[in-house]
Amino acid sequence: MSDATVDPRFRRKPPRRPLRLSWSDERVRGIVWQVLVVALIGSVIWWLWSNTVHNLEVRRIATGFGFLQREAGLPIAESLIPYDPTDTYLRALAVGVLNTLKVAVVGIVLATILGTIIGVARLSKNFLVSRIAAFYVEVIRDLPLLLQLLFWYTIMQGLPGPRQALNPVEGVFLSNRGLKLPWIIWESAHTAALLAFVAGIVLTWLYARAARAKQYADGQPRRVWPAAIALIIGLPILTWQVMGAPWEVDWPALRGFNFRGGTNMSPEFAALLIGLVTYTAGFIAEVVRAGILSVSHGQWEAAQALGLRHGSVLRLIVMPQALRVIIPPMTSNYLNLTKNSSLAVAIGYQDIVSIANTTLNQTGQAIEGIAIIMLVYLTISLSISLFMNWYNARIALVER
Amino acid sequence: MSDITVNTPAIPAQSARSAPLTAVGPIAWMRANLFSGWLSTAVTLVCGYLIIRAVMGFVDWAFINAIWSVPVDGRGIAQTQACRDLHGTGACWAVVTEKHRFMLFGTYPYEQHWRPALVCILFVALYIVSAMRRFWNWTLVPIWIGTLTAIGILMWGGVFGLPYVPQERWGGLPITLILATFGLAFAFPLSILVALGRRSNLPAIKVLCVVYVELIRGVPLISLLFMASVMFPLFLPEGMNIDKLLRAQIAIILFAGAYLAEVVRAGLQSLPKGQYEAADAMGLSYWQKTGFIILPQALRTVIPPLVNTFIGFFKDTSLVLIIGIFDLLTAGKTAIVEPAWQGFGIEVYVFVGLIYLVFCFAMSKYSAGLEADLNKHRRR
Repeated sequence: MSDATVDPRFRRKPPRRPLRLSWSDERVRGIVWQVLVVALIGSVIWWLWSNTVHNLEVRRIATGFGFLQREAGLPIAESLIPYDPTDTYLRALAVGVLNTLKVAVVGIVLATILGTIIGVARLSKNFLVSRIAAFYVEVIRDLPLLLQLLFWYTIMQGLPGPRQALNPVEGVFLSNRGLKLPWIIWESAHTAALLAFVAGIVLTWLYARAARAKQYADGQPRRVWPAAIALIIGLPILTWQVMGAPWEVDWPALRGFNFRGGTNMSPEFAALLIGLVTYTAGFIAEVVRAGILSVSHGQWEAAQALGLRHGSVLRLIVMPQALRVIIPPMTSNYLNLTKNSSLAVAIGYQDIVSIANTTLNQTGQAIEGIAIIMLVYLTISLSISLFMNWYNARIALVER
Repeated sequence: MSDITVNTPAIPAQSARSAPLTAVGPIAWMRANLFSGWLSTAVTLVCGYLIIRAVMGFVDWAFINAIWSVPVDGRGIAQTQACRDLHGTGACWAVVTEKHRFMLFGTYPYEQHWRPALVCILFVALYIVSAMRRFWNWTLVPIWIGTLTAIGILMWGGVFGLPYVPQERWGGLPITLILATFGLAFAFPLSILVALGRRSNLPAIKVLCVVYVELIRGVPLISLLFMASVMFPLFLPEGMNIDKLLRAQIAIILFAGAYLAEVVRAGLQSLPKGQYEAADAMGLSYWQKTGFIILPQALRTVIPPLVNTFIGFFKDTSLVLIIGIFDLLTAGKTAIVEPAWQGFGIEVYVFVGLIYLVFCFAMSKYSAGLEADLNKHRRR
């Protein structure tokens, strides 16, 4: 339709001029420059590479990834999968990757929550609240993260020993061995309940979609929340009840010099998590604030004039517009948090950098070790940015 | 005509209203900003209580119960028993009083400490001069070259009667400032070239720049620093060796270059297309167009984000602690390794943090003010 209005002459490609072998031809100049730059960089890389090969030979350093199948012999304090020092380097590195992912995922969730609260607090009409939030953001963003991590770790180490552990709530112990929490003894009923919970979310989503389709058909809004509560909360509880309702809690208790039972959060992990979350939250708060400020006041007023309720205005009008501004910088903050988790090596939390570093010290294969670190982070960064780009494209403004 | 009566509407008899609440003055301000509703009042009271508790606790710890100096015995070992008896109820600032020279200047020869101190002052002066808009032209280049040369002479010595100090003995604040400033001085020209390359029409150059920027931005700085400390010696021909500080400096330059390139690219993109077309219509060559038309406008718009990126690097230089370079944070961490001072980490980190805070806070305030000033024409 619109093609008819375009002058047909513009749809033709301009004729391709033959190359003239002269410096005044722009294309010739372009080709010469590119060849020069590529040749220069190529020769530098070749020079470095040949030096490296020579040095490796002289120093008798093995190359290749054969070491991955050898016995690691390095102890790892906490791991998500079963691990023993007699396992291979490959498994040790896998433990490191999982530890990195663990702190990154938990950190991203907590930092988003804390950052949003602080960002909203900074816009509060209450003078005291907005000043506290502003003070927090200023101070936390002006101190190096490494300093903050060391600070938190020092505080963790300064806690009393297990015998004098702080016991704020029954079953919770805080000592220089970490945070001890009670934990249920996991049985198949719990797994089933978890699966029922996921199924409930999927069913709720389907139900909400059907309800919306009906609303589009006849204009009658339908309530989704009763069904949502029944599916998301009721279904898992029902499943759990049917399977016998097991509920045995493993309470931590002091035995000798340390605690037994329950689940443990090591001081290293706690220090890293607190440091990463409080630091990143300072940046996320600014992103959230900018996003909310970017929605003009007229949008609120127009929505209220249409008769929408406060919650609906926020959900349907303001949030979609604010998110469009928030998502791209949020992505880079998530990426930063993941990359910053590599500072774990300074306080002894065994993430991928720490384990790869030990590996390269033990085997002497520096190139392979650093290549593994870089590959892991490139993969994680790429996955996060692909996901966030997909999400960003979904919520982006659709123009004609 | 004359019998037309004007119907004036009867003025309703008003009941006397009470005088309006004060709208100005501290009481009105407090009513509007602190006690505007029952929820707001409750929040204010809770926050106020918490602030008072926190401030009083901090004052108790940092000033009232604090110990500012401890006696030193004949062998030069500090007697820190008094500090330990506090059991954390008060700060032991004695560790700062005793160790501040070490934390600021590392193992630099004690009687020569005036030289790194002068270097720090020169750096601060350099920042202040660079921040003044009347110097935003080519005069900045000789100023930077001159100051950086003077700093090199002061640190190394060996000329003008200054004793030579090897680089291994440098440490503390000067190292932090050197890594950040030299990093910026070299990364900035690199980033301009990369940003231009990324927007170039030449496919090979564009691909090279994209790969460089995305690779560096995808990995943490630590991996680059590890690369500098363990892989770099393998890259160089046998017998050739460059010291650790320079290797870390190169890693920081490569890292900063990629991030700054993205900032500069944003500035290049923000220019309207008309500027490029007008320059082409004038018959300017690529470098004339870039140097006279594009960069002066593009760089001006990105100065605030550039300052923010610089604050980031200033903080990130502390990561050299992990590869064992003696910067401010490493010096602080080393100061408490001594048995007498073990366990006083908090005081040391507060002191080191204050130094970082002063630098970063000044820069971020400057950047915010500048941003407001540069956007004056957009404000209505």
